[in-house]
Amino acid sequence: MKSEPSLHQAPIAELRNASKHFGDVIAADALNLTIKRGEFLSFLGPSGCGKTTALRMLAGFEAPTKGDVLLDGNAVNDLPAHRRPVNMVFQHYALFPHLTVAENIGYGLRQRRPRMPTSEIATAVERALDTVRLPGYGPRRIWEMSGGQQQRVALARAIVNEPKLLLLDEPLAALDKKLRRDMQIELQTLQRSLGITFVLVTHDQEEALSMSDRICILRGGRIVQVGSPRDLYDRPKNRYVADFVGKSNFFAGTVQQASKDGCSLTVDGGHVISGQSTQDLSRGQKCSASLRPEQIRLTRKPDGGVSYPVQIVTRIFLGEHTEYLVRHADLGDFLVLVPRQAEATEGGFEPGDAAIATWANGSALILADD
Amino acid sequence: MAMRPQYRTALFLLPAGVWFFAMLVLPLVVVFVFSFGERGPAGGYVPAFTFDNFLNLGARWTAFKNTLTLAPIGTLACLLIAYPLAYFLALRASPKLRTMLLILVIVPFWTSILIRSYAWIFLLGGRGIPALLALVGLEDLRLINTPFAVLVGIVYGYLPLMVFPIYVSLERLDKRLLEASADLGAPPLRTFLTVTLPLSMPGVATGCMLVFILLMGEFLIPAMLGGGKVFFVGNALVDLFLQSRNWAYGSAVAMALVLIMLVTVTAYMRATRRWAGGRDEVSLM
Ligand SMILES: Nc1ncnc2c1ncn2[C@@H]1O[C@H](COP(=O)(O)OP(=O)(O)OP(=O)(O)O)[C@@H](O)[C@H]1O
Ligand SMILES: [Mg+2]
Repeated sequence: MKSEPSLHQAPIAELRNASKHFGDVIAADALNLTIKRGEFLSFLGPSGCGKTTALRMLAGFEAPTKGDVLLDGNAVNDLPAHRRPVNMVFQHYALFPHLTVAENIGYGLRQRRPRMPTSEIATAVERALDTVRLPGYGPRRIWEMSGGQQQRVALARAIVNEPKLLLLDEPLAALDKKLRRDMQIELQTLQRSLGITFVLVTHDQEEALSMSDRICILRGGRIVQVGSPRDLYDRPKNRYVADFVGKSNFFAGTVQQASKDGCSLTVDGGHVISGQSTQDLSRGQKCSASLRPEQIRLTRKPDGGVSYPVQIVTRIFLGEHTEYLVRHADLGDFLVLVPRQAEATEGGFEPGDAAIATWANGSALILADD
Repeated sequence: MAMRPQYRTALFLLPAGVWFFAMLVLPLVVVFVFSFGERGPAGGYVPAFTFDNFLNLGARWTAFKNTLTLAPIGTLACLLIAYPLAYFLALRASPKLRTMLLILVIVPFWTSILIRSYAWIFLLGGRGIPALLALVGLEDLRLINTPFAVLVGIVYGYLPLMVFPIYVSLERLDKRLLEASADLGAPPLRTFLTVTLPLSMPGVATGCMLVFILLMGEFLIPAMLGGGKVFFVGNALVDLFLQSRNWAYGSAVAMALVLIMLVTVTAYMRATRRWAGGRDEVSLM
């Protein structure tokens, strides 16, 4: 079962001012991060932002150029990978082509000293194969497996060792949507039942939001914000985070007035958007107002709040919701997400229709650009 | 001009086919036929049908013995020296050092083997290394015209042929597999034995095959560094065809050599294929 990290226990892993330079490239820039025992943490960020590098420092493949990597409270900068109680699922699987599926999965168990009995290894391998939904695939050769199957073998090869810390570098990237969803649930269940700490790298924000206890947003080798999915969604530190976590509309402008209770932003066309801010902003600062598509309503007649006359540009049917791209003369284009129910009462809109976009006054988030 | 695909393929293969037939099949048939014949009064070949040549093969036993010991030993010696070198080149050396060392491995090829063998005659001869050893008290050490000298020549001449296939297979090896092995708890030596070595077997097999086959037919190195004392089947053939002009007997010796090669190479291919887990990765480059 998942245990609350207690105070007397050192965190399972920690990065302290850890930097990694490759020549002139700074792949990781003074990372400070505490990974709690038993949590599911995700690294989220665009390609090349240093996610793999951070993971490789934890696994022991890269020594930090500066700073420290701690496991269980001990600095392990110089501890080689094969001595760390950490396993990794590699971004490109890295399965052994000369071994069968079962031999690949049993590889870690066979390295144990004192030796583990062969029959126990076989049982553990079978169980791992069941977990990743590949029962009976043990005798197969790696090259006889599809990309998605290989990915699951890579997963099984890591979890079978029940490491203290499991590092997963985009482990589900090659799976189709349905299987990915299944494996996400499987991973979460596994993480809870085994009590293993998971660190997942992904650039799929939905995956990070749905699976993680905490998300660490990276950009250009730096940590931008760490927090629970809800934190990041509701209180993004800046525009970059808001843009990365969920969809958002941004209206650029200058701060007109800022106080503890709220601030307002003058945007194009002299419109004023007011909202809350998570940081101290000063008058005259360039900022963006962020509004989630679901915070905006579409009606035919004005209906309280701040309202803007818009024209429908496109409509995308998403099942439970319909997403409209609308255009305002001054504010430009933005997205509105209309729930099915609201559509039922208001009636649907067609591209070209005129409508009124409304949101509650003060509901925007005013975010610094960096 | 419309041409059926099979004809087109046949046309493309024609030059190779003609070459293969004229230079390999035909001579083999000739040698096969000659091997049952007799020596003419002034040498050469007289048609006949006798097994005497084959029954008499024992007369050249020394040549066969030398070939069949020094070719495998030479192959093994090449392998033992080439593997660490290839490993260092592919996995340890910086790119700059690697290019430099690779060039150093090739450079000897730019000079004829004949000239290089002359150099070794001098080095191993009385005024070369033995003279130096005499200075430190090791007198009366003969190196030239011994099996050891031939072995030195073999390793020296054939090392690049062994280094390159192994280097290529190690270079092609996905380095992430080594990380995966370490990640799963294998210390470096075990990673080498369970991942690096098995995955470089195709290169090892190719290199061994290449060196072994060429060594079986070698005659230059034994002739120069063995000085007529350590001679191979190749030297016996030169002697039989060009000196004593006993073409029939020479053909029988050649047939015997071909047969031995066929048997060993087939057995070897079988074995390596089993190592490679049933995959046909073992090839002659
Ligand atoms: N061995 C290396 N040598 C030089 N530069 C490297 C090396 N490894 C990574 N980098 C650089 O460091 C930066 C971060 O790389 P990293 O692999 O951590 O990115 P990532 O976030 O995992 O990206 P992706 O999502 O594409 O996998 C990149 O700019 C990359 O080019
Ligand atoms: Mg990566």
